[in-house]
Amino acid sequence: MKRSWNGLIWAGFAVILLAAFSFLWLIRFPATRDFPWVNLLLFAAGALLLAAGLRRAFRQPERYRGKVSGTILGLLSVAIFGLFYYGTFVLAADIPSASGAPRTGTQAPDFTLPDAAGRPVALSDLLKKDRAVLLIFYRGYW
Amino acid sequence: MNEFRARGVEIAAISIDSNQESRTLCASQGYTFPFLSDPKAEVIRRYGVLHPHAGEDGGDIARPAEFLVDAAGTIRWENLTKNIRVRARPEAVLKALDDLLPPRASLEIKLASRALDF
Repeated sequence: MKRSWNGLIWAGFAVILLAAFSFLWLIRFPATRDFPWVNLLLFAAGALLLAAGLRRAFRQPERYRGKVSGTILGLLSVAIFGLFYYGTFVLAADIPSASGAPRTGTQAPDFTLPDAAGRPVALSDLLKKDRAVLLIFYRGYW
Repeated sequence: MNEFRARGVEIAAISIDSNQESRTLCASQGYTFPFLSDPKAEVIRRYGVLHPHAGEDGGDIARPAEFLVDAAGTIRWENLTKNIRVRARPEAVLKALDDLLPPRASLEIKLASRALDF
């Protein structure tokens, strides 16, 4: 009897790839960026598909293929999830605590820095013009 | 953005990027608020938000952080995230703003009604 192609394994791996790469797009939206729940759900769905495919590859080897390919894709999936988790939860959280930052109620240190056109801008000048200023420090390299 | 302006609040972004890089960024994103360059991370250091050796070339950069400074120069609100993925959302900042500084519109209504009483 000819053994049939084990589509569940490949579908599962495709969902795992989608789970990892869709974050590049979902990162634009705060609701899916602050906590990557869509990606984690996709990873879970991919893992279930892969598990079902592997299960039938090993339980019914006479009917389904995929013992070797399923194992390889399964290991790859674990590695992809590991990298995703490391990037979004470990590496992204690896920043200094900013314990020396001025807190609410204290005076904001004044400064003068050049703007994009090279003109010097002082915090005190901005405060004269407006009721308040929101200072946003960002990492750069956009 | 306009909601900040409507409240009389200016935004100023600070990073180690050069003027040139900020110009490119503003042009591509259509940002109209000032982008200030702090290539030596002096102001970043003064605000305690330095992330040493985290830059592409191993240089010092800023960790993400937001401070709301009132006209008297006092910090009224700050957000020091624990994960670079998670930033202050504009709604959250606007809410903090409205709690701290009454919206200008209501102030003007108050002044106008006082003027009428007179």
